[in-house]
Amino acid sequence: MNNIGVLMTCPMSEYLENQLENRFNLFKLWNHSAPKPDFLKTHSSSIKAVVGNTKIGADANMIDSLPNLEIVASYSVGLDKIDLGKCKEKGIKVTNTPDVLTDDVADLGIGLALAVLRKICVCDRFVRSGNWINGDFALASKFSGKSVGIIGLGRIGSAIAKRAEAFNCFISYHSRSKKPNTNYKYYSNIVDLAADCQILFVACALTEETHHIINRKVIDALGPKGILINIGRGAHVDEPELVSALLEGRLGGAGLDVYENEPNVPEQLFSLENIVLVPHVGSDTEETSKAMADLVISNLEAHFKCKPLLTPVL
Amino acid sequence: MLDPHESPEPYDSFLARHAPFIRVLMTIGPSPISAEFLERLPVLELIVATSAGLNHIDLPACWSRGIVVTNASLAFAEDVADCAVGLLIDVLRRISAADRFVRGRLWPVKENYPLGFKLGGKRVGIVGLGSIGSEVAKRLLAFGCTIAYTSRNKKQSVSFPFYANVRDLAANSDVLVLCCALTKETYHMINKDVMVALGKDGVIINVGRGSLINEKELVQCLVGGDMGGAGLDVYENEPNVPKELFGLDNVVLSPHCAVMTPESFEA
Repeated sequence: MNNIGVLMTCPMSEYLENQLENRFNLFKLWNHSAPKPDFLKTHSSSIKAVVGNTKIGADANMIDSLPNLEIVASYSVGLDKIDLGKCKEKGIKVTNTPDVLTDDVADLGIGLALAVLRKICVCDRFVRSGNWINGDFALASKFSGKSVGIIGLGRIGSAIAKRAEAFNCFISYHSRSKKPNTNYKYYSNIVDLAADCQILFVACALTEETHHIINRKVIDALGPKGILINIGRGAHVDEPELVSALLEGRLGGAGLDVYENEPNVPEQLFSLENIVLVPHVGSDTEETSKAMADLVISNLEAHFKCKPLLTPVL
Repeated sequence: MLDPHESPEPYDSFLARHAPFIRVLMTIGPSPISAEFLERLPVLELIVATSAGLNHIDLPACWSRGIVVTNASLAFAEDVADCAVGLLIDVLRRISAADRFVRGRLWPVKENYPLGFKLGGKRVGIVGLGSIGSEVAKRLLAFGCTIAYTSRNKKQSVSFPFYANVRDLAANSDVLVLCCALTKETYHMINKDVMVALGKDGVIINVGRGSLINEKELVQCLVGGDMGGAGLDVYENEPNVPKELFGLDNVVLSPHCAVMTPESFEA
């Protein structure tokens, strides 16, 4: 398979890069000084697979420039950077990395909520500054027993719910439709969900419908004692509205892993103590990164050996 | 709040000096409350126990004095357990370090941030399976961790594997969570031997008392890269914290506030 051209869109995993180099003729889009469209024209006929991620996937332009493209294997579970319609139209297969990263993303969600409510990062800064000598830290806020709202009760949403239950939290959710086989309370209206919960987790896929699903109305309903945790996509949240709500005290706090314009984060947030900011690390553990890379490789190998794909989307 | 353990004054004189004003006694852990001890607190009205059991308190002596005894263990235990879990996730997933990275405007410059470690599948050893240790266990099970423990005695009603001493527990764990009381027996129970047994990737979370750990040896192991990390709410000489820890990204430091939330005090 060493003559099969595979295009990697950006650095995402050294391990994955090495594995791809060993098996295929790997093109690294970021290594070429020529503008992307020119590069793609020169090598296009030999490229049969694209490996993308949440930063750079496979949009219409890229797909159109690769006439022999057969498969897009995404190093992510989210598909918002892939033009699925175009892939379907051209018969291009698409795979992603579900399940292997579910636990890590849910763990981070709960970790962010604990960090915001119990002010763990602020405490750590306080101790490191040497200020503890001068006086005790102010009270934080309890996590156990709080009411939790989850937007999207898929794999990740369910994993968040399972963890929050161990903290005696009451679980409610909003989804496109009510899920059978759960005891959690369903809300068809997201504003009502926000009004009734104290911690709101965004755990749904990014689609046209869920773009800016967290808007001013939802933020105001969540309120000055409410916390928003976003481990979905930056575009789920109307970021300027979120920033002004936090600055004005209309929202109690936020834990964010994703932003509308990564790696740029609104600087007005940097002085706030009621938020925790991490740089899109939802699935960034040694164990899960390797598992995701192995899944990408397995899908590509299955495709080129004409075997069934392991985690097909299309 | 008066904590004789945090005062440099000898216990007896500390107690004698404050006794005329002490109306509420909060007991943490199994320290015995005998009738003789009660006599030293003439205006005591209420005892709040944070331990699960009450058999270390001379209840008939309390009743004859009209002292009310309540058990607030769950509210406090939940808060301490939440803190322990929060510290563990922070250490493994580098949350505080990542927050520093973003606020330091480094993300656009450095692009990638070092990987953390998964919680699921980690073998967690709980030192002291009282009310706090039990709440920690309950939470970490939901993250896919496995639980083992050491305690003064094996708990018959519990199915987690029991180790008679902390060194054996450490040898079979990836994480140690310290939830026990500080006594003569548990003083410096976490020493270099235990840390070596825990291993180079091992993580220690301490929400008990600072002196459960030989702090000097802990700092040496952490600074020397011989341990995976630590999440600490307590220290041997509060509010002094070893400065050598301040530059480490695999350490999360909390100023003894595991039990401090307004909701717990209201409970």
